[in-house]
Amino acid sequence: MNEMLINSAFFGVVITLVCYEIGAWVKRKTNFVLANPLLIAVLLIVAFLLVFQVDYEAYENGAKYIQYFLTPATVSLAIPLYRRLELLKKYPAAIFVGIGAGVLTAMVSIFLMSLIFGLTHTQYVTLLPKSITTAIALGMSEKQGGIIGLTVVSVSITGILGNVAAESICKLFRIQEPIAKGLAIGTSAHALGTAKAMELGEVEGAMSSLSIVVAGIMTVVAIQVFAGLI
Amino acid sequence: MKFVKQLSIIMAVSFVAEVMEYLIPLPVAASVYGLILMLLGLITKIIPLSKVEDAADFLVEIMPILFVPPTVSIMTSVEAMKQMLVPLCVISVVSTVLIMVVTGRVSQGIIRHKSKEGSSR
Repeated sequence: MNEMLINSAFFGVVITLVCYEIGAWVKRKTNFVLANPLLIAVLLIVAFLLVFQVDYEAYENGAKYIQYFLTPATVSLAIPLYRRLELLKKYPAAIFVGIGAGVLTAMVSIFLMSLIFGLTHTQYVTLLPKSITTAIALGMSEKQGGIIGLTVVSVSITGILGNVAAESICKLFRIQEPIAKGLAIGTSAHALGTAKAMELGEVEGAMSSLSIVVAGIMTVVAIQVFAGLI
Repeated sequence: MKFVKQLSIIMAVSFVAEVMEYLIPLPVAASVYGLILMLLGLITKIIPLSKVEDAADFLVEIMPILFVPPTVSIMTSVEAMKQMLVPLCVISVVSTVLIMVVTGRVSQGIIRHKSKEGSSR
């Protein structure tokens, strides 16, 4: 059976789509933030492969065709950014300086904590791109020699936390301007945070989704410098 | 056929990005070059928005599903995960809060500074 699955081009595709659908269904039914469709899908697939003793290679053999679309999908992120370009022209200083400060905070704080924990280069570069959208973070982690699976885990923890805690953090630190709220949430917690920003208001949502790509590109530049530090 | 045309433009940009990744000696993934190329194409109107937006919106919408396979790869790095689980969680949580606060306070400072300037004139 395992041999048949290893040669199958569709097993990995089908199990990925079905498990994601189940995850999305649980999310709709419970509307609970920890019920993240991506995490549910991954847990279900890993459990399935372990229980039925199917090799990871058998999964990957089909799943690689799904992953194949990641590059064109990331290229397509230019479209939502282009639609929000007017905002960028309206508030250039707040957007560029605000997001720039956030990206620098990300690099410095992750660098310092990695020093404290005594992380290796591989572990450090696995975490370095953790606040940006998975699409860009994956490529960065891979190029610097990180462990991409763990980068996605870290990106997901970040997004879920950002989604759950954004309102309280903004209140606690008196971030009241809708533009500032949106930039803060998008820069720190990418798309999952943006879902919360959209609930807070239209300006918050627009600013947050703009921040995803701008912070992603700025991080790509910053990582070139920071990756070599450990 | 409209969808096929749109998809072929996006795939063509992805291919040019792959060529750039090969030629430019920087550790930057093709997807990032492609994203910037596409944005420049849209701004300069070389690629009209209407010629790519349906296929692009579809790809962006299904993007979370595309993250499933790379995440399942943690199965092959269980040891590495055990070794760094604590730092991974601590660093993820602490840095997220710091980034949110700094980005929010800095941009709020700029916005309020500007509006004060405007009203005192």
